[in-house]
Amino acid sequence: MNPDRRQFLLETGKLLVLSASASVAWEAIVAGRPETAENYTMTDHWWSMVIDIEACIGCGNCVRACKEENDVPRKEQYFRTWVERYRVKPDDLEHPVVDSPNGGYDGFPDKGGPDAEAKHFFVPKLCNHCSNSPCVQVCPVGATFGSPDGVVLVDKTYCLGCRYCVQACPYGCRFIDPRTETVDKCTLCYHRITKGLTTACCETCPTGARQLGDLKNPKDPIHQFLREHHVLVLKPQMATGAKVYYNGLDGSVR
Amino acid sequence: MSGWLKDKEHLARMAGLFALGITAFLVFRWLMVPAGFGLYGHYRAGALDDARARPLHFAGRAACEDCHADVVAARVGSRHARIGCEACHGPLLEHVQAGGEMKPARPDSRVLCARCHQASPWKPKAFPQVVVAEHSPEGPCIACHKAHAPKMS
Repeated sequence: MNPDRRQFLLETGKLLVLSASASVAWEAIVAGRPETAENYTMTDHWWSMVIDIEACIGCGNCVRACKEENDVPRKEQYFRTWVERYRVKPDDLEHPVVDSPNGGYDGFPDKGGPDAEAKHFFVPKLCNHCSNSPCVQVCPVGATFGSPDGVVLVDKTYCLGCRYCVQACPYGCRFIDPRTETVDKCTLCYHRITKGLTTACCETCPTGARQLGDLKNPKDPIHQFLREHHVLVLKPQMATGAKVYYNGLDGSVR
Repeated sequence: MSGWLKDKEHLARMAGLFALGITAFLVFRWLMVPAGFGLYGHYRAGALDDARARPLHFAGRAACEDCHADVVAARVGSRHARIGCEACHGPLLEHVQAGGEMKPARPDSRVLCARCHQASPWKPKAFPQVVVAEHSPEGPCIACHKAHAPKMS
């Protein structure tokens, strides 16, 4: 008997239906169990931070607390957060004098007296947890990613140490951990904020210059702060969707 | 079905080969791709749990205030009232977990106070600052100032 059209369509239809359901089942098998955390729903949060430059006194508490909390190498040049000090001639925003001795870990030893002609201020820096992050886009293996609650994280078991992301970050927030040869960066204390605590840097900031904020929580004081202040993110021209908002940011800050 | 497959054993053989190849691919993929990869995006979902599982060191202010009601009372209305306890006393989750058994070291006020209050042109003008060497050449700051409520005692 030659195959007729009816039979052909029937067989093809069966194959299609079967393979579609099989592929759905397969996706469920490879995906494993969804992550589960007590008292925490990722989709209810969208984390960010505000930094008030007018309140920062450069004490270095945040830098020390961060290294303590997150086991960051104590040597120079390994920082998840650090503080820079700026001296800027008011008419020359292009050439600020910037330094950050040991990232501010030891505080800031005075260097010369005040320059009456210039303005002086500290700028704390950390990962901006960009919502459209260049570091995530360049990672070839999916080791760095934006979490559903707006934190950029690194999968240390997946990172190859290729350093693409170190170069891609416009803010210089990443480093290679010499102990593991994988990339490391601020996690916004993900292990703390998912347990209802604030970050180590915000916990220890004596002037409230750093404040963790949850943009999805309408009761979070960050909304009032953002409404009442003229804030800016670093390098807005790069369209990274940075979520660390600076109050009192000077045009000379890069 | 066997009717229209009669002269087409070569097709059946080919289908068998394809099935074998696809199975081999699926097994290989199952072995190579970790569980949870792709659940939320192009990454391993378990990495979120890894990030969450890191050990804590700072207990947080609420944990301190559970026991130290006297200090809470001393700080009411003080200019230091907003400062987290561990900003000065250091990370003390160990102390909390040991039920207060582990006694933290008392901070050296000459180092600690100067970190914030040593005069510097970089600090905001409104912030209280002193040149420590002129203000008090020696002796601990807490000989005159109360750290929790920093008025002259």
